[in-house]
Amino acid sequence: MATVLDPAGAPAAGERRLARSTGSTPPGGRGRYLPPLLAISPFYVLFAVFGAFPVVFSMYLSFQDWDGIGDMRFVGLKQYGWLLQDSVFWHSVLNTFEIWFLSTVPMLFLALVLAFLLHSQVRFAGAYRVAYFIPNVTSMVAMTIVFGSVFAQAGLANSVLRAVGLDGVGWLSSEWGIKSSVSLMIIWRWVGYNALIFLAGIQAIPTEHFEAARVDGANSRQTLFRVVVPQLRPVILFAAITSTINGLQIFTESQVLFQSTDVGTTGGPGQEGMTIVLYLWQKAFKEHQFGYGAAMGWLLFAIIAIFTIINWRLVSGSDDDRRPGIAGLLRRKGARDGR
Amino acid sequence: MAADHRATGNAGLAIGSGSRLSRICVRAALLLGVVISLFPFYWLVVMASGTTEDIYRYPPKLVPGPHLLDNMGRVLDTIDFFGSLFNTVVVAVVGTVLVLFFDSLAAFAFAKYEFPAKKFLFGMLLVTYMIPAQLSLVPQFVTIAEFGWAGSLKALIIPGAANAFGIFWMRQYAQNSLPDELLDAGRIDGAGFFRLYWTVALPLFRPALAFLGIFTFIGIWNDYIWPLVVMIDPEKVTLQVALANLNVLYNADYALVMAGALMSVIPLIVVFLFGARHFLRDLAAGAMKM
Repeated sequence: MATVLDPAGAPAAGERRLARSTGSTPPGGRGRYLPPLLAISPFYVLFAVFGAFPVVFSMYLSFQDWDGIGDMRFVGLKQYGWLLQDSVFWHSVLNTFEIWFLSTVPMLFLALVLAFLLHSQVRFAGAYRVAYFIPNVTSMVAMTIVFGSVFAQAGLANSVLRAVGLDGVGWLSSEWGIKSSVSLMIIWRWVGYNALIFLAGIQAIPTEHFEAARVDGANSRQTLFRVVVPQLRPVILFAAITSTINGLQIFTESQVLFQSTDVGTTGGPGQEGMTIVLYLWQKAFKEHQFGYGAAMGWLLFAIIAIFTIINWRLVSGSDDDRRPGIAGLLRRKGARDGR
Repeated sequence: MAADHRATGNAGLAIGSGSRLSRICVRAALLLGVVISLFPFYWLVVMASGTTEDIYRYPPKLVPGPHLLDNMGRVLDTIDFFGSLFNTVVVAVVGTVLVLFFDSLAAFAFAKYEFPAKKFLFGMLLVTYMIPAQLSLVPQFVTIAEFGWAGSLKALIIPGAANAFGIFWMRQYAQNSLPDELLDAGRIDGAGFFRLYWTVALPLFRPALAFLGIFTFIGIWNDYIWPLVVMIDPEKVTLQVALANLNVLYNADYALVMAGALMSVIPLIVVFLFGARHFLRDLAAGAMKM
């Protein structure tokens, strides 16, 4: 690779390889780099304009007081100071964590069990996959509307409870009712998706491991936790990290569920459904406090970064010899590429 | 096929050779899962075909009613359904085509060519993939507004016209499935970079393009927060935003809202079922590589 970076002209071996791979243009001319560089440029141009610039700009914005129309007023770190004293913000952070925990833990566990069951079931495998994946494909807005009616006071969920002689639950009006119903929606949407990813991981485990487990007389549960889970660690890590990144940014469920024409009721009764991104959206785009919204974006980023690192540590565990994680995945990928 | 055999091989082993009882339990659990997965769709049909009174009746009415067409007709009278459907289709189709083109072109260059700073540029791809989208929601909106694109479909198409995930994933595919010999043969015939991409690489990329296409299409179709923020003209919105608005303005008329929800869900389910086999196999394979 270093030969490619050398501007003075690459050594012979590198040159020959390059000549072979770029063909028609004579070796040595800088022009041969032009077509591949042009080919990759769209992404980098778009990223510079709509990705990198906004990130830098959001840092700048977070030091300003701005309603989006008038003049900006420099306020230094005050937005962050106000944010740290904003009880609604902290409430939204707590809600987001609670919903994330209530949804992610059962979701990953159910996905693992489902993948294990799917693995042992060979008939109708294709149909099962489609059925389990459909929740993930359909519009979150539409399905939130459906769940909203199921969890309404006189909705289907309470009708079922009533039919078996139980009292109805305030799914959309009590603190834990709101968190449970949002979490159930997330679980419903993501279990199948993660199960299929786990399933691919299970199918990549060499058959000998299962044979060894059987010879040792392991039952299904032991096979799952002693053979499958350790082998699946990198895949579980991948799923845990993506679920964390997605989970801490939940917006649609809460926004659609408690949407109304009145700004004051965002996040539902007691604002128990208020999440970080929902609050960000409300402050920036409903109340036009762009600096405040930008500052909140950065705090959200910090929270996600910290959580990703914790996740990584937790799931990749302490044994150094096997070190999975993204690094391990990339290394394995590299090994495959090199072949 | 080979993979199927292996799956069968360790399947038997995984659950022990399996007593009859345990196999029945597994099947029952899987079927229960399918019912849970699909029930909300059935319930959507039931609600969209009944009246608002039916929805909150006790005991609930569990079978579809006769009012489906009636409710759907009222949706068409209430919101500009076809207008927002048109916007969504344009954004999803154009956006998907651009992603397929730019991502596969970049992937081809990354997989088969050498150029300065290649490693660095590729590493940057992976880093950008990790930046959470919501971080720069506000400045992104300001940038788009500065361009004068707020409220225009451009705002939904252009920023996402090339993405890191697609390039990364297509490059992986290109490395494994595009033989150098084939490219060399093309070069002998005097083909340049773009000709090689168009005539040699692209046809071989088809399975990967099918997956990336469906994945991208679904993502754009269902996107909510970005169109909600950037489509500032209430008369010109995407289907998701129109549906959310319908839900707010007519939330006493549940049958109407449900019919709207059903109409917004159907096109996508058709697209998904159309490409499901491809999609699901490649989805899992792609995730394994990330």
